[in-house]
Amino acid sequence: MKELKNIISQNVRKFGMIIALFGILVIFQLLTAGTLLTPLNVTNIIMQNSYIIILAIGMVMVIITGEIDLSVGSVAAFVGAIAGILMIRMELPVVLSVIICLAIGALIGAWQGFWVAFVKVPAFIVTLAGMLLFRGLTMVALGGRTLAPFPEGFRMMSSSFINDWFSGSTFHILTLIFGIIATIIYVIQEIRGRKDLIKYNQEQSSQGLFILKVIILSLLILAFTQRLAVYAGIPYILIILLALIIGYTFYANKTIGGRHIYAVGGNERAAQLSGVKTKKVKFWVYVNMGILAALAGLIFAGRLNAATPQAGNLFELDAIAAAVIGGASLTGGIGTVVGAVIGALIMGVLNNGMSLLGVGIDWQQAIKGLVLLGAVAFDILNKKKSS
Amino acid sequence: MTNTILQMRGIIKEFPGVRALNNVEFNVEKGEIHALVGENGAGKSTLMKVLSGVHPFGSYQGEIVFEDHVCQFKNINESEAEGIVIIHQELALIPDLSVAENVFLGNERVKRGIIDWHETTTETNKLLAQVGMRAKSSDLVRHIGVGQQQLVEIAKALSKKVKLLILDEPTAALNEAESENLLNLLLEFKKQGLTSILISHKLKEVMKVADHVTVLRDGQTIETISAKDGEITEDRIIKGMVGRDLVNLYPKRNTKISDVMFEIENWTVEHPQVPDKKVADNVTLKVRRGEVVGIAGLMGAGRTELAMSIFGRMYGKYVSGTVKKEGKEIIIKSVDDAIKHGLAYVSEDRKEYGLILQDNIKRNISLSSLKKLLKKITIDEPKEIHVVEEIKAKLNIKAPHINQDVVNLSGGNQQKVVLGKWIFTDPDMLILDEPTRGIDIGAKNEIYKIMNELAEKGKCILVISSELPELLGTCDRIYTLSNGCITGEFPTNQATQEKLMTYMTYNKGEEK
Repeated sequence: MKELKNIISQNVRKFGMIIALFGILVIFQLLTAGTLLTPLNVTNIIMQNSYIIILAIGMVMVIITGEIDLSVGSVAAFVGAIAGILMIRMELPVVLSVIICLAIGALIGAWQGFWVAFVKVPAFIVTLAGMLLFRGLTMVALGGRTLAPFPEGFRMMSSSFINDWFSGSTFHILTLIFGIIATIIYVIQEIRGRKDLIKYNQEQSSQGLFILKVIILSLLILAFTQRLAVYAGIPYILIILLALIIGYTFYANKTIGGRHIYAVGGNERAAQLSGVKTKKVKFWVYVNMGILAALAGLIFAGRLNAATPQAGNLFELDAIAAAVIGGASLTGGIGTVVGAVIGALIMGVLNNGMSLLGVGIDWQQAIKGLVLLGAVAFDILNKKKSS
Repeated sequence: MTNTILQMRGIIKEFPGVRALNNVEFNVEKGEIHALVGENGAGKSTLMKVLSGVHPFGSYQGEIVFEDHVCQFKNINESEAEGIVIIHQELALIPDLSVAENVFLGNERVKRGIIDWHETTTETNKLLAQVGMRAKSSDLVRHIGVGQQQLVEIAKALSKKVKLLILDEPTAALNEAESENLLNLLLEFKKQGLTSILISHKLKEVMKVADHVTVLRDGQTIETISAKDGEITEDRIIKGMVGRDLVNLYPKRNTKISDVMFEIENWTVEHPQVPDKKVADNVTLKVRRGEVVGIAGLMGAGRTELAMSIFGRMYGKYVSGTVKKEGKEIIIKSVDDAIKHGLAYVSEDRKEYGLILQDNIKRNISLSSLKKLLKKITIDEPKEIHVVEEIKAKLNIKAPHINQDVVNLSGGNQQKVVLGKWIFTDPDMLILDEPTRGIDIGAKNEIYKIMNELAEKGKCILVISSELPELLGTCDRIYTLSNGCITGEFPTNQATQEKLMTYMTYNKGEEK
């Protein structure tokens, strides 16, 4: 028990947001009399928030290097507009269009990265300029009108589900199999990690706690896939999200590039004097952000089935809020991909729950603002207490 | 005991898990300079924080008597009202305000709610004359040197009608001439009846000016030595501080100095902003295998600039010059190149340029050597843990765990982490810029031992320092640097402090 207390107080930063997400889920589940976690709504929450999650992943990388990107909403809108022009006006094939769009995202990222990393214009200014620039270009490209509808093949990415090879009737069997495999992989990973810790004499939690944690998380994965299976199964977008989350977590924790990103944000001069190519690191983080903003723009356009001039409005703030709620520090060096995703989910569940309750968009904004402030204040107070 | 201005009796201060002060007794006589010495973490700063009210009354046990009445300060303002003023090691000046504005910051001269600039300026000028400052009251603090800034802090203290002036490591960032100046100023104040407490690691200074020396160790008063009895000796202070005889601060080494490893020839670098201003002017020097070579220079002589320009052109604009390793020219255009060619640079400012403070020991030590840990595309973490544990043990880094964040380590241990980072890169030449700045004697001794071990392994070591005893105690050969030029070269056995100082202040343009 004492150990549990210790662990919670030590990891409140890490656990805090998971507890918050859990608490919000429980509150809205009760308030909405069970509507929140119906299979349909669980699927909805994932699909509605997919583009914010994608932006949050890119944003947390930017924030870890100690910078910021205010332009992602406009970039997403711009890329959506380009996608509309390519696919609807010019009738280019979907795959080619998507590739061109992602490349444009990369170019935009390179443009902003160039100013931030090499010319050393403050990122706030560069991306504020980008926010105006690309919003303007979106309107220019679309001529102020909305382009619709997108071809079927394109919309699949953001709104279709994987077919059930087993054609289950009440359950989507493939989804269940997927859930079981994911659980097994997760358990194996955890056990392996713990073995390594023991082998190298590193600190580890007691066996009881470890087993408890693994069981709870396994049950959560299974429960989540069960929800999906009852409705329509796994949306394609979930596969994309999982690939991104796993890929970026791996990159941030296990590779040299990831270490360098944290080092640059932690202390740029020291990193530079340790042989880290700080300018290149920043440049590529912006290129990456550009690509992810483009991907988010494509998914949003596909989901809306239209390219509109107002797409992606305020996405940048949602993405920043997600990263910060997820524990990232705007001074750099601190933050995790998983944290940003959880932050995005907290915002998403709040949105969804409040909509279910019939809270107007006006109050939703206000409440989200308070949640953001509260989350960061909690974090800072917590840090003070521990130091 | 009417002559006593301050008595601190039985002070106990506890932080969660540690007793930082354990029954400390500290008495200061009126009009004296009282030195407070101790290793880092001995409790000097904590004691001064208790005195000044940073740790408010009630958060500690014990009694403070100042000018014959018991004081219970709840914050800094209350202690300042009594005339107790602290000048911290990290100066608390606003760089973009003028000297006068800084002096009266928070204590503005006002007439009917509006700042009286006339009085502010005249008062400041009086105070500046008192502290013997060259800068004008209208100069921006940003534009004056560290030594002058220190004087601004003192002027600020004087403006508050100070009775007891506390200086925390005032000379840490000053060169010898500025330190000298500051100490003389303290002696001058003493004549005028001002009492000062001087916290310092530099025992030579302490012995020069102090009337009493109180030694703290592990939160306890070890002893108070009086100058009257002529008992203040370096050995006695050190013994008190470390709790044992430090047989030799500068340990001996058995090195075999062999052939020349690194040569720097005609190295010229310009200031990054001011064209034609040469920060390194035709510098030529060489370092042999197993040799410890010193560069002695005053602050502003271009020592750090020279080192950083060699280390991957991290400072200034490269004009000309070559670096040779074992007779062959090597091109170093980035830190990466420098590391590849076996160079390592330990910065004088470990917090700004050496460490990622919020990262742990492991990540800091491995940062420059991640390529060595590469397994396919990932970092081989078991290997990383293994190597870092080894380095931690070898350098005797005192921390419970390699996952400890370096921000929580003491200065000496932080410095060892930086050294560890570079030892991991397995360099052929280490450039150590002020390797023992701000760390205590015990840790200094350990750093010197590490240097010796590296030299014994045949590495080259280039030490930059403004502490001449350190250079004389550790180096085989010493260059002097002045205004970006090498002005002299001496085998250590032919060098003395006076001789080095002469060449360190030698100006190329001047007739000698």
